Amino acid sequence: MALATVVATDEEATDGDLKVRYVFEPTSAGTPDRFVTLLVSVDPTRPEVPSLTATVPAANWHEREMQDLFGIVPVGHPDPRTLVVHDGWPRGVFPLRKAFDGSQHVPIEPAVEFPHLVAEGEGVFEIPVGPIHAGIIEPGHFRFTSVGETVLHLDARLFYTHRGLEKRIEGLSPLDAFHVAERICGVCSVAHGLGYCEALEQIAGVEVPARARLVRSIALELERLYNHVGDIGNICAGASFHYGAATGMRIKERLQQLNEQVAGHRFLRDLLVPGGVRLDLSGTLLAVIATSLQETRAALDGLMGRIEANPSIVDRLDDTGILSNQAAVDLAVAGVAARASGVDRDARRDHPHAAFAGAGPRDLRVATASEGDVMARMTIRALEARESIRLVGELVRRLEPGRLQAEIPEPVPGGRIGIAAIESPRGEAVHWLRLDADGRVERYHLRSPSYHNWPAVALAAETAIVPDFPLVNKSFELCYSCTDR
Amino acid sequence: MLRIVMNALRTGVVTTRYPAEPSVPPDRFRGAPVLRPGSHLPPPAVCPTGAITERTDEDGRHVALDLARCVFCGRCAEDPWADAVTMGRDFELAARRREDLRLEVIADDPTPRPGAGQAALSMTPAADRDAEAARASSEIRRVLGRSLHLRHLDAGSCNACDWELTALLNPVYDIRRLGIDFVASPRHADGVIVTGPVTRNLETAVRRTFDAVPDPRVVIAVGACAASGGIVGEGYASAGGVDRVLPVDVYIPGCPPRPEAIIFGILVAVGRLDARRAR
Repeated sequence: MALATVVATDEEATDGDLKVRYVFEPTSAGTPDRFVTLLVSVDPTRPEVPSLTATVPAANWHEREMQDLFGIVPVGHPDPRTLVVHDGWPRGVFPLRKAFDGSQHVPIEPAVEFPHLVAEGEGVFEIPVGPIHAGIIEPGHFRFTSVGETVLHLDARLFYTHRGLEKRIEGLSPLDAFHVAERICGVCSVAHGLGYCEALEQIAGVEVPARARLVRSIALELERLYNHVGDIGNICAGASFHYGAATGMRIKERLQQLNEQVAGHRFLRDLLVPGGVRLDLSGTLLAVIATSLQETRAALDGLMGRIEANPSIVDRLDDTGILSNQAAVDLAVAGVAARASGVDRDARRDHPHAAFAGAGPRDLRVATASEGDVMARMTIRALEARESIRLVGELVRRLEPGRLQAEIPEPVPGGRIGIAAIESPRGEAVHWLRLDADGRVERYHLRSPSYHNWPAVALAAETAIVPDFPLVNKSFELCYSCTDR
Repeated sequence: MLRIVMNALRTGVVTTRYPAEPSVPPDRFRGAPVLRPGSHLPPPAVCPTGAITERTDEDGRHVALDLARCVFCGRCAEDPWADAVTMGRDFELAARRREDLRLEVIADDPTPRPGAGQAALSMTPAADRDAEAARASSEIRRVLGRSLHLRHLDAGSCNACDWELTALLNPVYDIRRLGIDFVASPRHADGVIVTGPVTRNLETAVRRTFDAVPDPRVVIAVGACAASGGIVGEGYASAGGVDRVLPVDVYIPGCPPRPEAIIFGILVAVGRLDARRAR
């Protein structure tokens, strides 16, 4: 079993306690779609749990997060530094406790400098980078410790874009909450919108119509496609192969223009809605999709051919930024990064969702590699992009006339828990949702794939040299916004 | 190498002619909502970001829509309000003043009142918008025969606005053809282009970056979060918009604004840069 997510809740008003749910999932391919939850009741007067991090390394950030946001102390945690709240946050104030009013501004207190983990010794240098980077990139702080060009250690500090969205969503109607969930991340809009919807539909006991499921899956694959193609271009940029970078950007742009035609939005936002989808795909649009994807396939094959025929690029990608299979398993790494390190997991197959749980194709081809380097991650992306093109064709062929939306009851019953796992472009995202007695959101938690993958980037960087870090980072292509929330 | 050159020649020029030629968004595109005076205007609760507000006086129920807050989801234009609100096609919405992004109509009065109601009907800053665009393009030629260099500042965005800024550098939009570029150092910049609502964890970095930009400088707020807090709003972790922290010169609505809308906003800002320099 691997750790899927950890969800803390404040149930002092109803049960007189805080609760921590450790949600696990099977790890081997082809195991049934299920989650196993370990429930721990925590005394609010002495909020402590034993830390699991030493035996379950993937629990590391989860435990630090609940310490920051709920004041639940993971006793024995090897690295109990703050994670989500930064310098100047007052001690003893926990924003996700129910008693905390999320609309308030909390004064910034004088603070000591954050204790970065660094190495010392002769010839050892410290290189601080960020949070504002020299490019159009999301904010994070990276503290490299290096000897010459070799990276000894990388301490990544994130959560600069923590917007308090899980607090923001509490108390909202299920429909209003959908708009927030969908906007947690730009390039995962469909995946996160879908995960929220499936969790809600599970609670409401709603069966989404077959046609809506197919349209949702088409959107999910279109999202994966523009991301993967753009990421391949960005890896080229990281290796200073400008032709590849420009070509990747051009294909991605064509796909985002297709998105705008399909959904009226370049990131496919507001196409989904709880219960189904808002827009249908007509015959003309389906023809446009087919033509665009055919062109994309040809352009992608051309680009990959140019990359593979260029020894100076291949040399940069091979054996760079290696993530071992053991590390990927220990950290419960998700998505492309996991599959490139030999972990055969894909939520479309292991936790079927959208059309994969309905009339969709059953023959999803999950590609894996064993090298775990930048090249492997890029190659997996190219294979998955081609698979997405094939899947869209399959999904379109299965479209039958039918309804687009099922009615969501009003109010949705409270108390029940919905868990959905969605294969986003970056890997499995786990959504956890519970509504209160009035049918409003009581607690929503998103564990994004990037959340589990960031610690892996630091490990992979330690097998590389400082100038290769952008390349390693781009080969993982993680979101800060869906990690920080 | 030869194959790369051949392929580049085969691909040809993919760059848009915008703004010299207009950009026509596809049929399903959701631009600025158009509110029709009538009795079926939606209540504030329908909007997930609180962009719709209402007040009642002797003229009737006034319904206002704040484009800076709007995420263009189209919920207010669905049944049963489809007759009262339609999602328009207009995306060139950038304004220098926040209040210019407010549309207001009277719900129960079918004849538009001179003043606020009238302005709302013709979509607020629109009066001088075309002239403004023409002036802005001539400005960029006149003032910035030298170029406008901007430092991007992610103040807690969901990355959608960031990716659209990245798209401006792709071969299709190629914003450098307009003399505009993004630079690594704030000290090399003529201003900052900010995305996100300014999170608590980034506020210090945002202030410091702005302080490092030499005066005179422009501040462009891109997207609903930067312009107003958007879907994030205001709270323990969010300041609720860039103008809570920095003096904003131009607001570009959208969630995110499409690349052409950002180009339009930057061009509006260029005219402003000249005005500030003259002062």
